[in-house]
Amino acid sequence: MKNADLFSALLEVYPDLSTETSETGEILWIVPAERLTDVACTLREDERFAFDSLMCLSGLDLSKYPAAVKGEFVGELLACVYHLHSFEHGHEAAIKVIVPKDETASIPSVEPIWAVAGYFEREILDLYGIAFPGNHDPRRLMMPEDWVGHPMRKDYQYPQNYSTWELKREGQNFTSGPYA
Amino acid sequence: MSDLVGSGNNMPGPTGPQVLFTSVDEFLNWGRTNSLWFLQFATACCGIELMQTGCSRFDTDHLGMLPRSSPRAADVMIVAGTITHKMASRVRTLWEQMAEPRWVISMGSCANAGGPFSKYSYSVLNGIDKLIPVDVYVPGCPPRPEALIDGTEALKERIRKFQMFGIRDTEAIVIE
Repeated sequence: MKNADLFSALLEVYPDLSTETSETGEILWIVPAERLTDVACTLREDERFAFDSLMCLSGLDLSKYPAAVKGEFVGELLACVYHLHSFEHGHEAAIKVIVPKDETASIPSVEPIWAVAGYFEREILDLYGIAFPGNHDPRRLMMPEDWVGHPMRKDYQYPQNYSTWELKREGQNFTSGPYA
Repeated sequence: MSDLVGSGNNMPGPTGPQVLFTSVDEFLNWGRTNSLWFLQFATACCGIELMQTGCSRFDTDHLGMLPRSSPRAADVMIVAGTITHKMASRVRTLWEQMAEPRWVISMGSCANAGGPFSKYSYSVLNGIDKLIPVDVYVPGCPPRPEALIDGTEALKERIRKFQMFGIRDTEAIVIE
């Protein structure tokens, strides 16, 4: 099935979902965080979709996003994009879940549905600070466990030191230059 | 007596009791330089060059260097690759587990100074000399096997001067 047909099939079950087209022309299905578990179960179990593989789970910081894309969401945002693939049908889809950017940002874990999500979610928890209630091992993955902050957030303040050594980074905190 | 000792020896050469006079340090260092077992510790692409150095083309076996999987059995730690903040404590632990006398070769730009990650990365330690004392720095990204062998030869020069109860030479050698 083509992506548009897949989405219309999904709309039969969940009529209130919407889509978004990315800069590269990819169609993302916007799913509210509280409905993600239901939608993911449907996508995995329903014969028409049969998404048996979670290819990739990425985090995003939408701080620099144009206001028009945010739609009903206000303020600083974080997002997760789930890239799904079906070995049975050979089709693909992408789901986007948007959450407010604060210390309570959380998305229900899809680890019970796709076991591979466990490590992906730990990585996003580490780098973006989104909690995944339901993950069986919610610890940091990349950084040491006593590290402060989430490095991939746009407003991340790089610490001056860690353990027994000083940390120095050119253009620290990126208030100017190409990475600002 | 000399006849008895020499009689069983069919090899040509001087006969008689073969005695070697040497000092303890010199004798031990002779053994150390010719059996420099290194810890297999590769965290990034430098590890590929380290494997190549150990394989048949460059063959560190003929220099007496064998890879060891346990720090307890290793004499020299070759840190080959990028060390992140999370890996740092493991590097320190492995170094502490090695028996004295022990040496450290820092292989490649990442282990020397952070390399390509030194400026903008949030996770990479800029040089392992913040953690453990380094004897030889081998620059390169990654260094060729010849460069690493050059580094081990420089380390052997240092080991020949090693004194068990003397002051240890701690100034680092930089291979050019």
